[in-house]
Amino acid sequence: MNGFIERQNKYVVYVLAALALAILPLLLQAAGNFWVRIADIALLYVLLALGLNIVVGYAGLLDLGYVAFFAIGAYMYALMASPHLSDTFQWFQQTFPNGLHTSIWLVVPLGAALAGFFGILLGAPTLKLRGDYLAIVTLGFGEIIRVFLNNLDHPVNITNGPKGMGQIDSIRIFGLNLGKRLDIGDYSINAVTFYYYLFLILVVLSVVICHRLELSRIGRAWMAIREDEIAAKAMGINTRNMKLLAFGMGATFGGVSGAMFAAFQGFVSPESFSLNESVMIVAMVVLGGIGHLPGVILGAVLLASLPEVLRWVSGYFDLQAMTGGRLDASILRQMLIALAMIVVMLMRPRGLWPTPEHGKSLRQNGGK
Amino acid sequence: MDILLQQLINGLVLGSMYALVALGYTMVYGIINLINFAHGEVLMVGALTSWAIIVGMQEAMPGMPGWLMLVVSLVISCVVASALNFAIEKIAYRPLRNSPKLAPLITAIGMSILLQTLAMIIFKPNYKPYPTLLPPAPILIGGAVITSTQIMILGLTAVSLAVLMYLVNYTKLGRAMRATAENPRVAALMGVKPDTVISATFVIGAVLATIAGVMYASNYGSVQHTMGFLPGLKAFTAAVFGGIGNLAGAVVGGILLGLIESFGSGYIGALTGGVLGSHYSDIFAFIVLIIILTLRPSGLLGERVADRA
Repeated sequence: MNGFIERQNKYVVYVLAALALAILPLLLQAAGNFWVRIADIALLYVLLALGLNIVVGYAGLLDLGYVAFFAIGAYMYALMASPHLSDTFQWFQQTFPNGLHTSIWLVVPLGAALAGFFGILLGAPTLKLRGDYLAIVTLGFGEIIRVFLNNLDHPVNITNGPKGMGQIDSIRIFGLNLGKRLDIGDYSINAVTFYYYLFLILVVLSVVICHRLELSRIGRAWMAIREDEIAAKAMGINTRNMKLLAFGMGATFGGVSGAMFAAFQGFVSPESFSLNESVMIVAMVVLGGIGHLPGVILGAVLLASLPEVLRWVSGYFDLQAMTGGRLDASILRQMLIALAMIVVMLMRPRGLWPTPEHGKSLRQNGGK
Repeated sequence: MDILLQQLINGLVLGSMYALVALGYTMVYGIINLINFAHGEVLMVGALTSWAIIVGMQEAMPGMPGWLMLVVSLVISCVVASALNFAIEKIAYRPLRNSPKLAPLITAIGMSILLQTLAMIIFKPNYKPYPTLLPPAPILIGGAVITSTQIMILGLTAVSLAVLMYLVNYTKLGRAMRATAENPRVAALMGVKPDTVISATFVIGAVLATIAGVMYASNYGSVQHTMGFLPGLKAFTAAVFGGIGNLAGAVVGGILLGLIESFGSGYIGALTGGVLGSHYSDIFAFIVLIIILTLRPSGLLGERVADRA
């Protein structure tokens, strides 16, 4: 009986949460597109954090180059949906006179596959490494990708170098262009709001996938590797394949969010994929509660939206004038994020919303 | 031939700076198993402090000889950076000594961003010219050019290394450090105070980083609040390259990395027929790192760390 009521309560909470999330952008939209944009960005980061959580949270592989997969997804979409290739290469223009305006149904699986492939490529040589060694190698991998994006405008212009690529198509689904405002009678839905719903669908899908993964044999195997690799191996888990799978799956999420990011911004440049971004995503996962889905989502939403809200606050009070030009919005943001990282970790080293199960396998477990 | 010699000199100069910073990383890692991401920022704070002192002295006492200014500023900024690193360890790392492994890593990253923003607020974000204090006239050796600043860098590195090796191998503190790195609990039973040793390690690391920072500033002639980031990253790579936790490894790794970078960026253009230019120099470090770690997961001189994750 008790369980029944609890289960019913759970559904009520779910329905309410779904309703709130569905209405949210419409309310924000009334306050201005700026606020919806913040929500969009936050959702994108949730997607990224969920992906990294598979690698770091479940499998325990510290990846500091995660942003590389984000970049791969974004650049792939940018190449396939912008006039850059036709502008640069004669032969390309002859083959596709109107440019490659690739459909999202092709781009998303392709982005996921390409990023996943790179994930495995990164994973393969690092299988023997663990802990901090792995961290530094992945960090190096991220930097290598960034340096290449920054320099591949010469001698053959592929990425357009530091200038970045613009004029990227927005996403069209079933004839609906998400980049344009839609008017229904008097009421209009803005482009950012469409993207909100798209990202929300992706996030919900990812949460379901992650949740199922966590409960599956694969998820159990990852956690076993995280807690004690030798023991996991002894129990017959193929640690090599499982680690590669974790890298690949995590990277897939990064690739998809990268494609979404490119479509949403309409512009990509190497600047968006610096080491700082990687670090920020790791911070989201760890700050929220590593390996715990609600915690990871909380961490991502907090760290992604906090800076934007602070930007607004510091613009409102005109900090620059108050401090003689020394303190402006971006500096304040960075400082507060850094402080938040330090303070949260000192107060709650397991994260804001830690998983009740983390490390359980190491303790005595009576089976109940 | 002269190009070869020139790249060798440049590589050694670059490498000795990496080596000094790498020592700080490796000592901290050897004792508390933490990648101290804020270490590059200690270098930056040291360099900026010494810049401020030198600029102040040039105004107050214009007649003072350059080398004396350099020495005075170096000493003061070493003290400042040591105090800072001591405080960082106490505030951000010590309370997390027994927490999950990623927690101190995140506070270290937070500390690094915090120091950068504070430096930006205090010193403004622009590049500041670092005065040339030693005679700028280049010295010719067999067709290659070496400046007195570069000679100073090489000399200072040699002296610092000698002092450090003496400290670690022949003093009581050094023995305590080695004991704590081996096993903090047993060391504590033998009368070593691990907390004191760790604080001392951070102070020594800060001194080495400051020396490297001042060298870096005098060699490149400018300082800025982001200057610690890349040397920090490269130095950490060097530490891992040599086998993290191993002092000699850090030195070897740092110098090798400097040489690889210098030769790499010097010859890559010619080797690839101009397809890849010297702006790829930053990735040599990482490519070498990946290759080395694939072949020898514990670094060049590292012991096999059995299975500490």
